Amino acid sequence: MQKKKMQRAVVIEQTKLGEGIFSLWLSAPETAAAACAGQFVSLYCNNETRLLPRPISICEIDRAKGAIRLVYRVAGAGTSEFSGLLPGDTLDLMGPLGNGFPLKEAEGRRVLLIGGGIGIPPMLETAREISGDVMITAGYRDALFLTEELGGAGRLYIATEDGSAGTKGTVLDAIRENGLEADVIFACGPKPMLAAVKAYAVEKGIRCWISLEERMACGIGACLACVTGTVGTDEHTGVHNSRICREGPVFAAEEVQI
Amino acid sequence: MKPDLQVEIAGVTLKNPVMTASGTFGSGMEYGDYMDLSRLGAVVTKGVANVPWPGNPVPRVAEVRSGMLNAVGLQNPGIETFCRRDLPFLKQAGSRVIVNVCGRTVEDYCEVVERLSEEAADLLEINISCPNVKSGGIAFGQDPHAAMQITSEIKKHAKQPVIMKLSPNVTDITEIAKAVEAAGADAVSLINTITGMKIDIYRKTFVLANGTGGLSGPAIHPVAVRMVWQCAHAVSIPIIGMGGVTTGEDAVELMLAGASAVAVGTATFRNPTAALDVLEGIEHYLTEQKIESVREITGLV
Repeated sequence: MQKKKMQRAVVIEQTKLGEGIFSLWLSAPETAAAACAGQFVSLYCNNETRLLPRPISICEIDRAKGAIRLVYRVAGAGTSEFSGLLPGDTLDLMGPLGNGFPLKEAEGRRVLLIGGGIGIPPMLETAREISGDVMITAGYRDALFLTEELGGAGRLYIATEDGSAGTKGTVLDAIRENGLEADVIFACGPKPMLAAVKAYAVEKGIRCWISLEERMACGIGACLACVTGTVGTDEHTGVHNSRICREGPVFAAEEVQI
Repeated sequence: MKPDLQVEIAGVTLKNPVMTASGTFGSGMEYGDYMDLSRLGAVVTKGVANVPWPGNPVPRVAEVRSGMLNAVGLQNPGIETFCRRDLPFLKQAGSRVIVNVCGRTVEDYCEVVERLSEEAADLLEINISCPNVKSGGIAFGQDPHAAMQITSEIKKHAKQPVIMKLSPNVTDITEIAKAVEAAGADAVSLINTITGMKIDIYRKTFVLANGTGGLSGPAIHPVAVRMVWQCAHAVSIPIIGMGGVTTGEDAVELMLAGASAVAVGTATFRNPTAALDVLEGIEHYLTEQKIESVREITGLV
């Protein structure tokens, strides 16, 4: 069997979308060919004192060009290093990793995608890969990003904490204000948002999948750093937790403790 | 001429001196997608206990300069799942297998060791040095008497040769090494992680849910070199050296200090084939230095 390899990705383009939010197009043909919506990649720093990869969700896949787009927030030294990458620069990358959203579950159903903050980017590729009508609710603190692309991929409803655009409040406020009704929810965002989305889905009887994130080390399931509590016993770990990088990052909401 | 890479640990022949470090490689399944596991000297598995352990709350890892902290807390699926699923996988992959054993009481350890007596494990590594679990583990690794006692109990139950994995979180590691040697240990491996702490200055609390964690990676390599050298001058059983090994040069350093074999751990998180790159680095060093066998460099310093 052909062994998997770390890829050497080449920066095609980097743009700043807002304060601390960057968009990075990388040429990584093997990754682009295999990637699905909702998966992530492990990006490695060129500075060797930063050992661990940064898991970043895939925002867009351009299979024809062999490229992927990552939209990320600068949260520390590693992502700060990434934000300084220029076209032609290279970096190590592993992926695609994780499972991605179960797109089959969306077929022929009313789909609601919910993204919050830096959980918004994976919703772009997800929206594009779902055929038919897609509703997208994007929750921002204040400044907007990716709204043009999201608006082109589905019916976009915006929520902002400060009320500067769309509904003032949370993604759930936007859903209620616009009277959105769905059969399936795919969501990605901060834990409190995901917990609220899960509760909403349970209340409405909507099938719901959520994408989780956690501090990772290996990114492929060996180190057991990035686990989430589960309702049942996980088949691999034998205990009530699952590896977010391997069994996730997308889980059926009712299966995880959140 | 290609140098001879074969080494022997407690009567078990390994095709080369490079192993994986426990806890960084699972049971090899995940990294098996990235490399041919049979090329390693041995796969050292993640610690396995008598029953499944859920481990610590998250966050379990944090990066620090040239290193990382972890407080996974020895999450493992228990010895039954390990014997049913993981051991057969490793055997079919063609690896020598060193099973790392953890526990909370002497009885826990002995139960696992006993269960492994009929299994295809080549060597046992006993973790008496994990800093991330409250009872067991390090409690045995920080006191020479406790270390001696658990070693002799395990030796009564073990069919395979026993490697005691030592903690650097002690005043004098040679005291522990001498104690386990006197109790019948067939080899020692060192060092486990060094207890550390990271604080988030904006949230004004610990980064790890556990508060403390074990420091690993290049940052601890010089500590490992020093402790391997000290132990090599204190005991005559073989030493497996580990701690921040990232390159062939790092491995050679540990061997010159007295290690008969080395393990690659945290480096694998940066580069999935790090262990094989270390092996190639050792081979390159031996060729360049016109040294015929890797066994010749152990303890030269």
